[in-house]
Amino acid sequence: MKAQDFRYERPSTMDEALAILADTDQEAQPLAGGQSLMPMMNFRLAAPDVLVDLGGVPELSGICEDNGEIVIGAMTRYRDLMASEMVARDVPLLAAALPHIAHPAIRNRGTLGGSLALSDPAAESPAVLLALGGSVDLRSASGQRSVAADEFFFGLYETARQPEELITAVRLPKAAPGHRFGFYEITRRHGDYAMIGVAVAQAPDWRIAFFSVAGTPLRATDAEAVLNADASDIDAAVAALASLEIDGDRHGDPAMKRHLAGVALRRAIGGMS
Amino acid sequence: MSQTQDITVTINGETIHATVPVRQNLADFLRNGQGLTGTHVGCEHGVCGACTLLMDDQTVRSCLTLAVQADGASITTIEGLGARPDTKALKAAFTNRNALQCGYCTPGMLASALEYIESGAPADRTAIREHLSGNYCRCTGYQSIVDAVCETIEGRQS
Amino acid sequence: MSGPLTDLDRPNSYIGRAVPRADAARLLEGRGRFVDDLQLPRMLHAAFLRSPYAHARVNGFDLEAARAVPGVHTILTGKDLEGVVEPYVGVLSHLAGLQSAPQMPMAVDVARWQGEPLVMVIAESRAIAEDALGLIEADLDPLDPVTDPEAALEPGAALIHDSLGSNLAWERTVDVGDVDAAFAADGVTTVERSFTFGRHTGVTLETRAAVAAFDPSTDQLTFWYSGQAPHMMQFIFAKHLGLMEEDVRVIAHDVGGSFGIKIHTYGDEVATAAAAKLLGRPIKFVADRLESFQTDIHARDHIVKGRMGLTADGKIAALEFDDITGIGPFSMYPRTSAIEANQVLNLTGAPYEIENYRARSRVVFQNKNLMCQYRAVGHPIAMAICDCLLEDAAREIGMDVAEVRRRNLMADDSYPRQSASGMKLADLSHQQSLEKLLEIMDYNGLRADQAQARKSGVYRGIGLVSMVEVTNPSPAFYGIGGAPIASQDGATVRLDAGGGLRISSSVTEQGQGTNGILAQIAADRFGIPIDRVRVTTGDTDTVPYGGGTWASRGAGIGGEAMLQAAVALRDQVLDVAAVMLQTEPSKLDIRDGAVTDLDGSERMTLSDLARTVYYRGNELPSDMKPELVATRHYRVTDFPFVFTNGAMAAQVEVDVETGMVKVLGFWAVEDCGRVINPMLVDEQVRGGVVQGIGGALYEECLYDEEGQLLNASMADYEVPMAAEMPDIVVAHVETPTRTSELGAKGAGEAGTGGAPAALMNAVNDALSPLGGRIHQMPMTPERILKALGTV
Repeated sequence: MKAQDFRYERPSTMDEALAILADTDQEAQPLAGGQSLMPMMNFRLAAPDVLVDLGGVPELSGICEDNGEIVIGAMTRYRDLMASEMVARDVPLLAAALPHIAHPAIRNRGTLGGSLALSDPAAESPAVLLALGGSVDLRSASGQRSVAADEFFFGLYETARQPEELITAVRLPKAAPGHRFGFYEITRRHGDYAMIGVAVAQAPDWRIAFFSVAGTPLRATDAEAVLNADASDIDAAVAALASLEIDGDRHGDPAMKRHLAGVALRRAIGGMS
Repeated sequence: MSQTQDITVTINGETIHATVPVRQNLADFLRNGQGLTGTHVGCEHGVCGACTLLMDDQTVRSCLTLAVQADGASITTIEGLGARPDTKALKAAFTNRNALQCGYCTPGMLASALEYIESGAPADRTAIREHLSGNYCRCTGYQSIVDAVCETIEGRQS
Repeated sequence: MSGPLTDLDRPNSYIGRAVPRADAARLLEGRGRFVDDLQLPRMLHAAFLRSPYAHARVNGFDLEAARAVPGVHTILTGKDLEGVVEPYVGVLSHLAGLQSAPQMPMAVDVARWQGEPLVMVIAESRAIAEDALGLIEADLDPLDPVTDPEAALEPGAALIHDSLGSNLAWERTVDVGDVDAAFAADGVTTVERSFTFGRHTGVTLETRAAVAAFDPSTDQLTFWYSGQAPHMMQFIFAKHLGLMEEDVRVIAHDVGGSFGIKIHTYGDEVATAAAAKLLGRPIKFVADRLESFQTDIHARDHIVKGRMGLTADGKIAALEFDDITGIGPFSMYPRTSAIEANQVLNLTGAPYEIENYRARSRVVFQNKNLMCQYRAVGHPIAMAICDCLLEDAAREIGMDVAEVRRRNLMADDSYPRQSASGMKLADLSHQQSLEKLLEIMDYNGLRADQAQARKSGVYRGIGLVSMVEVTNPSPAFYGIGGAPIASQDGATVRLDAGGGLRISSSVTEQGQGTNGILAQIAADRFGIPIDRVRVTTGDTDTVPYGGGTWASRGAGIGGEAMLQAAVALRDQVLDVAAVMLQTEPSKLDIRDGAVTDLDGSERMTLSDLARTVYYRGNELPSDMKPELVATRHYRVTDFPFVFTNGAMAAQVEVDVETGMVKVLGFWAVEDCGRVINPMLVDEQVRGGVVQGIGGALYEECLYDEEGQLLNASMADYEVPMAAEMPDIVVAHVETPTRTSELGAKGAGEAGTGGAPAALMNAVNDALSPLGGRIHQMPMTPERILKALGTV
């Protein structure tokens, strides 16, 4: 189980990284924390011709506030997010999700940007982004853009990011007084990808994002509408999950997963603060 | 053939210059290139934790880290853990509680356990179990490992 | 103080004590010697192209592009090994009627499971070999896969081996008493259940690994492998590669977990040895984790319909079941894949007084990976069938599950005796073990807690199991049927000139602490500090001939051989000392590394004695022929197996909304006879329990109908991890076996054999107020919610 050969590039600036991505006509893959990409490469499920290691680009890391948003550099590692007082205070939903992400050695390396770029449908971060209504900053050699969470996730491992683009940062709205958040996931073992999970925000409108339900994280818009009308009508919100298009997987058929989605939603709401 | 690159890396306090295939992971580099076979490879996809070691004092999966990524870094493998202050007590506790059987998970388990101990965290069995939940042991049932970590922390505090 | 010392107050009294093992120091420093650590000059690396289909005709391969990869040395196909490797067939004569087909290391004409090796690439590195694999064009015609064992037996089912005429490998029935009459009797309550036991596998953390080196000048093969039975492999390589047995050296140093996985003949390893012979260069093969899941033997995979009749006063009137098990496309060589089914028939109900017992098992070929012996062979199935039926039946008649056991367990004073299936039993303690279990778990307290929790909608359950475990097997297990598997083991103890002991044994070390307990036994019985004992195991060139480590035999058989060897050497040394000191051997003792008088006063150090013998023989009488080395062998003679027993209990909490099961507590009382090292035994039991929890709750090799393994990664095949496991309380009853002086029986498999039944009982106990019940392992959330009718 050894990775296929590749050309290794380790740019030291973002412009250099973007230039490499723009110049190559081969398949180039940015390497962030490597905690999802490297397993795929070892299995030879991914075999990029060029691997662009972003570990030497300091400007991609860091956490700051910008105009009511918390801006997290794509290469910011989970470990640093967990240690961040700003994240704990201003993005409590992300803070709640972080301990559920894998294990310490993975969080020491894994990055928020990398997770979003690969967009594993069972991963926590994409759902957090979706529930918060954040956005993803993308940049290529020819320009930059910001894509809202609702437009970012296309399909299984597919996102709005183009091959020549890098995720540079993730923008998450800062929590305001009165905003409430909840997170719940059901895993068979601590740190596993979830059987099902949900991130919930009431900020002040409700946004509910499930993960491990389909090829992408899914917003439960019907349930959100129920709660926007009556935040106490949780039974109706759960019933509204009937409209979610949920796929089965090895943990259960769609009916089982829909049932778990309801349980997770109740528990997430029950634990909101 | 594999493309190669020169790296300089500090391994257990020793500065090493090496030419490595860029596709070679850190575990294979240490084992095959440096003869440091104490780092064990169990799954090569980052799940089992056997290959866990310290890179710049943080645990990493060496099967998910390329050797070239360690350029400029300081690596501590099981062969070098003895230089850390809590290692002696931890190893004694592992021995006296038989917190290892086949010993294959042990290098990664020690690295993860030391990270927990060095963080100053308490001798809380649940927290220790969670911290070690990325390190798979098929032999012991984990209890003696948790006992050993607790004993080390308690000894550290007294 | 004068006179002979008793066992307990002797110096060097190590047997029965929690002595830390010397191997820990090496392993904690990263100085283990695992196969993949070995680098030999000019060594090449192997990787295998494996069948992507469960069943396919092999037409051929285009190897041109692969051969052109720089660094690729040789590529071999299955056909290339014809004439190099003699095919093997996994049958044994004592399993009458068992049939299988000749097997080659790599498929020749037909591939019969997804993962079967097809082509071997040998290259300068594993990475390069894998590069070449990707360039091989395989011409394969998919054939209809036969995956379901029941469908495999239906008329018209595709045949996996045309030559066998049927997909049935073996069938055995047992019929004792009058089962029909017993079920039909007045007042008998019958419960009938369908059990499904999923496939799982060992997931040794160190994967299978081998380095083969062949010296054409001497025709000698040296084979380093991660395995449990060096002498068995010596025979197999000699026979199937056309070598003399004495020219094959098999070495197993540190082994990173085995659990029965590493005791079989794998095509990868035979091909590696064959290629080394062909090429004259060392070849390394280390399975990656994907290959492990696809080709390490799987286990269990049973579908059982069972019923039990219980009289109104809770006595078992009759037990009957019908078992079918899929074993993959071949019976594994040389142990066969019929042993698990055989064990299920032999062991089910063995703790209880049962007069009417009828059982059938059918062993069926299918296009999945091979199934064979993994830790606690057959035990989890056997224990679950009987003890789950027993608890369900007790619930049916309103009897407490501890009480129903009291009424049915064989009495502790009733041995020797036979089980319903005819197994000879002796020195067991079911009753005492059950009572001890109830005490250490505070059974009544847990029942009160359960009742209280239910009031607040929390569903906790308590489940028990009373079990037997097969240990210390005699030749009746394998040798009698023609397998090249030694049932006896040997031990050698040598006093060296420095006064230390060098001991060696044919049992092997896989982490369970064999080397440590052998040292304890030798030091204890010889009379020397344990830190003066050095141990060698796992090398056919240097250790006595023997079976290795399997079926919980290392301590019981290998330990007894060591005890006898140490006693023999002690006598030999005292004979020499008596001459040198001009006294009688009976007036001397060996204590703490010195020859002493019976009052303990030192007469001569062992080093002085040995140096005299070795260096200055002139000081000895010329007719004296001192021997400072002793070898003894031991086998079990009076019994086919030395059974142990145990009683275990699980307390679980079922989240009835999610179907998740949390194991709150686990208690195990084990009677493995003489406990040589309680610390090692306790950890063995705990580790075994955790593997049992894995089988009961998590682990399953999931195949689709096409025979594709769906979860061949550590992320998708779930093994128990630290966070979910409970602390496990272990206690002992010690009823030494009278078959040996040491009195030790095995302990390593009990937890794996017993825990699943206890957990299934606990879960069903938790679900019972809701009307749900589950008899399928692993008990996944989905299956539990289906049992509850939630989804």
